[in-house]
Amino acid sequence: MSLPVSTPLPPRRTGAASVADPPRTRAGRPPRSRAAGAAAGVLLWGYAAVALTPLLVMVSSSLRTEADLADRPLGLPLHPVFENYARAWSDGNFSTYFTNSVLVTCGSVLLGTGVSVLAAYALARYRFFGHGVMSAYFLAGLMLPIRLGIVPVFYLLNSLGLIDSRIGLICVYAASGVPFSVFVLTAFFRQLPAELEEAARMDGAGELRIFAQIMVPLVRPALMTVALFQFIPLWNDFFFPLVLIGNSDKYTLPVGLTHFVAEFETAHAQLNAGLVITTIPLVVLFLLATKQIVAGLTAGMSR
Amino acid sequence: MAQIVLDNVDKVYPGAVRAVDGLTLEIKDGEFMVLVGPSGCGKSTALRMIAGLEDISAGTVSIGDRVVNDLAPKDRDIAMVFQNYALYPHMTVEQNLAFGLQLRGTPKPEIKKRVAEAAKMLGLDQYLKRKPAALSGGQRQRVAMGRAIVREPQAYLMDEPLSNLDAKLRVSMRASLNQLHDRLGVTTVYVTHDQIEAMTLGHRVCVLREGRLQQVDTPQRLFDNPVNLFVAGFIGSPAMNFVTAQLVRDGGPHVAFAGEKLPVPEETFAGKPGLDGYFGREVIVGVRPSDFEDAAHANARWARIPVHTSVTEELGSEINVIFTIDAPPVVHKDTTDLAQDATEGEEDAAIPLVEDKALWTARVNARSHVRPGQDIELAVDTNNLHFFDPDSGVAIGHAAAHAVAPAGA
Repeated sequence: MSLPVSTPLPPRRTGAASVADPPRTRAGRPPRSRAAGAAAGVLLWGYAAVALTPLLVMVSSSLRTEADLADRPLGLPLHPVFENYARAWSDGNFSTYFTNSVLVTCGSVLLGTGVSVLAAYALARYRFFGHGVMSAYFLAGLMLPIRLGIVPVFYLLNSLGLIDSRIGLICVYAASGVPFSVFVLTAFFRQLPAELEEAARMDGAGELRIFAQIMVPLVRPALMTVALFQFIPLWNDFFFPLVLIGNSDKYTLPVGLTHFVAEFETAHAQLNAGLVITTIPLVVLFLLATKQIVAGLTAGMSR
Repeated sequence: MAQIVLDNVDKVYPGAVRAVDGLTLEIKDGEFMVLVGPSGCGKSTALRMIAGLEDISAGTVSIGDRVVNDLAPKDRDIAMVFQNYALYPHMTVEQNLAFGLQLRGTPKPEIKKRVAEAAKMLGLDQYLKRKPAALSGGQRQRVAMGRAIVREPQAYLMDEPLSNLDAKLRVSMRASLNQLHDRLGVTTVYVTHDQIEAMTLGHRVCVLREGRLQQVDTPQRLFDNPVNLFVAGFIGSPAMNFVTAQLVRDGGPHVAFAGEKLPVPEETFAGKPGLDGYFGREVIVGVRPSDFEDAAHANARWARIPVHTSVTEELGSEINVIFTIDAPPVVHKDTTDLAQDATEGEEDAAIPLVEDKALWTARVNARSHVRPGQDIELAVDTNNLHFFDPDSGVAIGHAAAHAVAPAGA
């Protein structure tokens, strides 16, 4: 997405470009000494081990029987069994929790991003009465953790009849992501040259078309980033569904997990299976989106 | 195609900054009009008012027979080429070209035809599927042109479209622009700060300064008959040499400066009515570098002056001889403005003058082999001397002189 200014010609973006990127950046680094390289290697591998071990234990435990777990808490799944997953999915109600999580998280991200992109565009590219106040208002949302406002939020939703409702949860979640998204998107919108807008205007585009067909496509990498940044904490959030949702049919995965522990006191194997089910979507999302986001960010830098 | 008429157009920004001040200009149908001037002279603002990207504070702008003051840019039937091209980065060349037509509801086969024609004309056929990022500067520039061409508008507006290209490409694009205009014959308004671009491209050139029109004329007439010191100094490279001189009658009219005397031919007085009123008074005399020649290679009837060469610039086909004359540089608002533009506002960018003496440039034949530090005799074509009033800076006896507001008024 580099813009046609007088910068030297960036390399052609072909399908192979993204594959070719990492070696090029590595070659660009100054050569380091052997010792420093080794130290960095040890540090990074050490960190990777610390980060990955719990995940590996979780996966391996989910593949072992309850008896096996009780016998040896740590150990390899020598005879892997998959019944934990089946039982968590059906008996533990995980199918319901999973659907709820997907509905609530995706709905919130879509709503939050949609509102943010509209607000950010207006704040970045128009001067209007109350501009400063509006900017400050959105920024204030970044300053206060939304969890501090749980009591007013609870009463607000209660009076709206949105307690124990997935829609209520979506509203709270969507709003919670707006300040950060507006903050990021405003910066991106502001960078786009005014000439693009003027050129589109001369071409005959109205405000809405300039927004939708010229400006939004140009901030797509930023949109991906803010969507992902909303998605992860919402998917993992335990607090709001715990407070705002009472009916277990409407639980999301994190709350569902605790429910599960309480009902099946010692079902550690199934709990681990549940954790894996909860984690997999995040891992998949990262694998899919990282490439997009990195590509978007580097393209944004080369402009 | 249409003519564009600006009638007494003003642009006042908040804080009472007058970017354009009473600009009246008639651009004929099919004409290539260049607006030129130093940065901040209001040329871009004027263009943007024609485009509809800036409000018009006062006066009227008409395109064709319509007053367009209150029309949105898209309804003015004009196309603009921007300095940084403003191509849509996420669209391919083809989509970039077609975008404006799609929005106007042009039928698909027609769009295809026009895009193909424009691409062929500009040599972009093989790049249609590429995105702007994968194009070189010159190619992007051509796409920007193509986007204007496919629209088949009443007029093209171009805002310094070549200034982002490197020098060599700029020269070749200049030639292609000329060709393109000959072929399409569409009214074009072109903004630049580069006087060479202005001279080579424009049918007529409009020199602006501080939002005010100085002179509009063909490039040759601007060069030969500048209306004031500012235009005289701005048009032409190297710039015209100035000196404050006495007009004396001393066995024939002469101008005396720096211990030298140049005869003024009698025909000059016929061509510049009012000049004889300056006898015994000071005038500012201007001499084009090209009106000098090495005496050894010059017309025998030209006047001679001996000079001491300080610097020479050998350009192959000619030599620029830079020498000091024994007179202070002309201090007038027009010349200081020009000097400021040349150094882009940096006070200390120019080399300080030696003992406050004016530096002159003469362009002589490459065969003269003059060296720095050498004393040579230069011949001057006194038929082409320029005379300016030392107070107003206006050319004495110029037909349009009364139309120019005195500097700083």
